Amino acid sequence: MTAEPNIFLILLVIIPLMAAPICVLTRNANVAWSISMAVAWAVLGIAIKLVMELSAHDKVLYYRIGGWDAPWGIEYALDKVGGLVILVVASIGALTLTYAKRSVEKEITSERIYLFYAMLMLCISGLLGIAITGDAFNLFVFMEISSLSSYVLISLGKDKRALTSAFNYLIMGTIGATFYIIGVGMMYMMTGTLNIADLSSILPAVADTRTILVALAFLTVGISLKLALFPLHMWLPGAYAFAPSVVTIFLAATATKVSLYVLIRIFFTMFGRIDVFETFPLQPVLFGMALAAMFIASLAAIWQQNIKRMLAYSSIAQVGYMVLGIAIATEAGLTGGIIHIFNHALIKGSMFMAVGAMAFGLGVTTINDMAGIGRRMPLVMAAFVVGGLGLIGIPLTVGFVSKWALVSAALDAEMWPLAALILLSSLLAVIYVWRVVEVAYMRPSPENAKQPVQVPFSMLAPMWVLALASVWFGANATFTMDLAHSAAGHLMEGF
Amino acid sequence: MFEIHAGLFNYWAAIALMMVGFYIVIAQGNLIKKIVGLNIFQVAVFVFYISMGKIDGGTAPILGEGIKVYSNPLPHVLILTAIVVGVATTALALALVVRINRSYGTIEEREIIEINHAADHDEDTRL
Repeated sequence: MTAEPNIFLILLVIIPLMAAPICVLTRNANVAWSISMAVAWAVLGIAIKLVMELSAHDKVLYYRIGGWDAPWGIEYALDKVGGLVILVVASIGALTLTYAKRSVEKEITSERIYLFYAMLMLCISGLLGIAITGDAFNLFVFMEISSLSSYVLISLGKDKRALTSAFNYLIMGTIGATFYIIGVGMMYMMTGTLNIADLSSILPAVADTRTILVALAFLTVGISLKLALFPLHMWLPGAYAFAPSVVTIFLAATATKVSLYVLIRIFFTMFGRIDVFETFPLQPVLFGMALAAMFIASLAAIWQQNIKRMLAYSSIAQVGYMVLGIAIATEAGLTGGIIHIFNHALIKGSMFMAVGAMAFGLGVTTINDMAGIGRRMPLVMAAFVVGGLGLIGIPLTVGFVSKWALVSAALDAEMWPLAALILLSSLLAVIYVWRVVEVAYMRPSPENAKQPVQVPFSMLAPMWVLALASVWFGANATFTMDLAHSAAGHLMEGF
Repeated sequence: MFEIHAGLFNYWAAIALMMVGFYIVIAQGNLIKKIVGLNIFQVAVFVFYISMGKIDGGTAPILGEGIKVYSNPLPHVLILTAIVVGVATTALALALVVRINRSYGTIEEREIIEINHAADHDEDTRL
């Protein structure tokens, strides 16, 4: 732990955090957007630099707040799995802000736009903070920064149902976060430390106590709420369906992924030197919830009319796949779970961007509104289809890479039924994606159909960047697979 | 026996408050009451943390003559942070309730769900 402190770790959090109050002070939508845009791309630059450093030298990057040594001071530590998460958050953040300007002008009242950007900056800062902090309590603070700002972002939706969705999310999210601090408190009682690396080395000595068992239960349930793991997903469909398009894009591609990262940290770093899956009956519980998510949420998606709600249910199902990968608890399974964090962010980001563009062009909210849209907005619908193919897991898309990794992990662990269920649940994705495709391409446009408003390039470009990235990383998965694989290897060894 | 029941009084109180608060959040239909429940739930955790740091006969953690036994200040400081987060959450929740009341004309969960279902139904059946 005598490594050179890396100043960029703290900058990653500080820059967007400082940008938020500056956005509020400007009181001007365009200035606030320009500042946020510059910050988001700068953050992406720093994230790429850090990830390059991580893959070049096989080590963990550190920063100590105020120069205090861990475990007395708060330490920031970034390893490969954290690196992958900051890469996802920063790139989705930069693309979302590029996309945001025109979409937000249409969907949010003009005098509130500068506040919207302030909240988005806070949310980015919180999510990045979760991924780089090495302190269990600091993680709670960042979790609340990102959650509180996302409640506000969701409530900015035009529909009044956005308000009740935000309220429900607030109640559930706060319960989740409070469960998390109860768990952290119990661990602190037994170990006297909050530093994650320190916890990892002290916990084995007290692992047999009931306090630690209860702590693990609180941590798991609390984070599962934030993660929207079935059956704790009730807040998610409403929140995604009625939030402004930009907010849905950003949260769908990042927020649940970052919570998944926290779950990985708990199981494989804090409890990394205890075999949690052997000692505690975690595996059957997680398998049950993940499989239920994959099937029940996919079935629910088939019955939705609201297009954003359909994709939201699909997200719950995809969270199921990620948790399944973690619960297999082998290096291969963990690799599958981690790679799906990245891949699903690309897929859902591009699909929600396409839906946002349809809402911009034609005011689409339900699948019925999409009749004949394949001819009226061909470029946008094509991006949606590319994303849809990824959800199903067609070869040459990122979805295939994830499913391949998960299925082969299940086979390696000699869990044949699991592999079969993964493939079977993919068929449900075929149904809900096909429903949309059929309406968009086969059903004629209504007779009094409006001509769509021209969708600006600033919205089309980020959408196609993500859609093409989902094909590129599907055909050429070496970089992401290597990163996920060595991240998983690192986690299995313990911190 | 005395140790378990009286010695751990604070923890019993924290658990009781936690359950009371949690029950209110789940069982009450009024949104303001839900927020009250959430607050009680959070306060229970504050009590839990503060009790954890307290040592019998311990003073405040000050460097000085004759001070040998002192309470652990860290959980107390942590809870200051958690209180701030709790205040922010409550403020935001109350602001949302004000806006919900303006758009729905009610803050009873049952009525809100009915209005939402009607809106969902309209959307689903629109062609």
